[in-house]
Order: sequence, then structure tokens, then C-alpha cells
Amino acid sequence: MSSIEERVKKIIVEQLDAKEEDVTNEASLIDDLRADSLDTVELVLNLEEEFDCEIPDDVADNIATVQQIIDFINQNVKTD
Amino acid sequence: MSKRRIVITGLGIISPVGLTVKESWENIKAGKSGIAPITSFDVSAFSARFGGTIKNFDAKNYIAPKDVKKMDPFIHYGMAASIEAVEDSGIEVTEENAERIGVSVSSGIGGIYSIEKGHDTFLAKGPKRITPFFVPQSIINMASGNLSIKYGFKGPNIAIVTACTTGTHNIGNAARIIAYGDADVMIAGGAEMATTPTSLGGFAAARALSSRNDDPEVASRPWDKDRDGFVLGDGAGVIVLEEFEHAKKRGANIYAELVGFGMSGDAFHMTSPCADGDGAKRCMLNALNDAGLNTDQIDYINAHGTSTPAGDLAETVAIKAALGDNAYKTAISSTKSMVGHLLGAAGGVEAVFTVLAMQDKVAPPTINLENQDPECDLDFVPNTARDMEINVALSNSFGFGGTNGSLVFKKI
Repeated sequence: MSSIEERVKKIIVEQLDAKEEDVTNEASLIDDLRADSLDTVELVLNLEEEFDCEIPDDVADNIATVQQIIDFINQNVKTD
Repeated sequence: MSKRRIVITGLGIISPVGLTVKESWENIKAGKSGIAPITSFDVSAFSARFGGTIKNFDAKNYIAPKDVKKMDPFIHYGMAASIEAVEDSGIEVTEENAERIGVSVSSGIGGIYSIEKGHDTFLAKGPKRITPFFVPQSIINMASGNLSIKYGFKGPNIAIVTACTTGTHNIGNAARIIAYGDADVMIAGGAEMATTPTSLGGFAAARALSSRNDDPEVASRPWDKDRDGFVLGDGAGVIVLEEFEHAKKRGANIYAELVGFGMSGDAFHMTSPCADGDGAKRCMLNALNDAGLNTDQIDYINAHGTSTPAGDLAETVAIKAALGDNAYKTAISSTKSMVGHLLGAAGGVEAVFTVLAMQDKVAPPTINLENQDPECDLDFVPNTARDMEINVALSNSFGFGGTNGSLVFKKI
């Protein structure tokens, strides 16, 4: 089974049509991966679906980088 | 101020008989039908199970892959046809002219495919799972909106919605926008993708559709005795309208001049035309009056001709009322016999076919006209295209709500 990091990056690559090598942990969703405000909302929906979790609006509104997504999932989602 | 003249300098189409103007027009001249069983969803419970759907279309050939899912299929078709038309026109957007180029590509039904999907998501998963793209992917002005964004067209950005007259009204009004001086170039037409469960079911419930499920290719048969309703079609038709001097100055290829536009209202019934054809008659006469032409000067009419029992008869009556004896000397055909009824896109694709008919000196046929209805006794160019000089042509569209539009084109 893929790691959380791999699964997060896969969703980002698919949704933003980004190149895999551009989706680094430090990449900014808006500045580097050219997501707009609607893209980031859709991304949160897709992450919630993939990890069967709820990402609160105040968290979703402050997610800026790939690493922040990975951290949130690691801290809040049980994956066994 | 004398009226600014408007010419057509670009054509684009996505149709049931082709994904380009060239392919579609060759098939239209050859009298080929694009009607087939609908396979995109389970149609077994529907009374009409066929349509003019689009085959082998890949939106990614026209739109960036990440943006494809943010647009309803009607927008994909509208974008694709518009891109072909813009490229055909050779128009280049610059800092100087961007504000003088506008868009008016609309739809009759709009994003019903996406609306159905969004509602499915709501029912299955609740409101929080509705995509943030639900509204912008569904709403009806987003073919125009996305086109403006793609090219940087900063002129008028509108979308008129008038059911099956949408394409014609958008073209006619776009010409007025240029004539009035608000733009020098307008990309105008219509797009539709309404072969979806609720739309197909709704038109069938209104008793508007043919139910000739055993032989879809002959189901669209305007003015034939055995016609039993229209055939739903998908696609888009877009033309580039340009102020005459502007087009001449840049050495553009000019297909024809748009010399007249007329509108009218039936004030009669939501879905049926008035039997005496009054609304349609006044519409054609308004267009001829705008063009400053007489009824004996029309060589060809691309009729609305949807293949409904009431509509085809009413249009026949209306043409006779408008043209008098000249009605019998005018070649009239319905390209809907081949592509079906593209609703809001119909006026767009029919404008393209009408302009090409003038250029290639050939009136497209009305196919499946085997036993002409004796009450519809005009020259409907049955079954085979006809070589003929066409200097002036008229194109009709009539829509639910009793909304009518006619365009008059003239060779230049």
C-alpha cells in the first residue's frame, strides 16, 4: 500500500495536471502548482474522499504547501 | 451615421456528422445522417432512444486537461467550434484590438449534464461534497466566458438564451453590437449537449421527439407525411463576424455579408407554433426589411424544419405568407434531417451551412423526404443536394416560448 505522502501527491498530480517532479513537499499549491482558489477547495474534497476524513474549513483555508497536507493527514487520519 | 457593414470571416463546427467544418459540410452535401442510438447512458426506459450525438470527440484536443472537468460538455463543444472559427478567421489578438473583440456563444439548455451529476452527488453524499466547479461548469454563459479568458477577448462578453433560437439571436445581436460600434469583431453562435436523461425524458414527455427507434437514420424527416417529431442533436456552430472595413484592411477571407436580422414573438403557446405561421412570417419580413431586400431576391432558405407535425406545417404556411408566390420559386431545405435538432446550437450550425451553400453554390438536401406532405408543397430540395447560384439566403430559427429569429446573408 502506498504511503500517505504518495497518495497525497498522486491526487495533486491528477487534479492539477501537474508533473510528478514538480509536486515536491515544499511546493506551494498556488505559486508553484498554479492552483486557483476553486482548485484548492476541490483538492480538499478529494483528500477528504481519499482519506475518509473531514478537513475543517479553518484548516483547509490555511493549507499552502504539499507538506502541510501530508502533516495534517498524518496527525489526524488513522491509516492502518 | 451610415450603418456599419458586417461580414463573416470564420466558421467552426462540432456536429453529429463531423468534428470540423470540412468534414461536416462534405457529409451534409452528400446527404449523410448523423443520427444513431444513444449509448452514453441506459436509454431502455425512454420512448426515444436515439439522437445526433457527437462521436470520437476528445475535449483535451482543445482544452487543457486540468480545465476539461471544470466545463460541461456543451462548453467543450462551444470552445472547440469557436477555436476552429477563430483560427479560420486568422484574427490575432493584440493589446490594441483586444477590447474590440467580443464573444456571444450561448446555449439553449446549458450545463444540464453537470447539473444532473451535481444533483446525484448531493443525493448520494450531501451538500458538502458538491464540487466548487459545479456552478461555473454548469451555467449557460460559460462558453463565452471561457472563450474570452482563453484568447484575451476583452470586448462584449454575453450569452443570449432563447431556446432553439439561441444561435440565431446570438449571431444577429452580435452583428448589431458591431453595427452600433461597440466591437469590430464578434465570435458568435451556439452550443448544446442535451442528450442526457432528464432532457431526453423531458422533451419526450412534451411529445416533441420522434420515437422511430427501429430506424434512427430516417427519423428526422421534415415535411414528410410520416414525420413524428424532432431528433435531439448535440454540437456547436460558431461564426466570426467582423466589420467590413476591418476585415478588408487585414486581408481576411470573406465568406459572405450578414445583411439582415429579424426577430418576433408568437404570443401564442409555450411549445406550439401558431398554425397561421404569423410569428414566423413577421420574423422573416423583419429580417428582409432590415436587409432592404425584396421577397423575390431570396434564392435559398435554410428552414427551421425540425420534423415535428405542427412546426413543419406552420413554417410552410409562414414562408408562403411572407414570400407570396415567390415561396414556390425558392429552394428550401432542412439540414436538421441529417444532424437532428441541436436546440441552442441549431442557428449556429445552420448559419455555417448557409454560408457554405452560398460559397460552394450548392443547396444542401432535405433527406428522408420520401412522401412529401401535400400540405407542405414547397421546393424542399428532396434527398439530393442541388447545384445552384445562391446570392441571398435566409436562415430561420423558432424556439419554445414563441421566440423567432431570421438571418439574411448575401454574397459579397
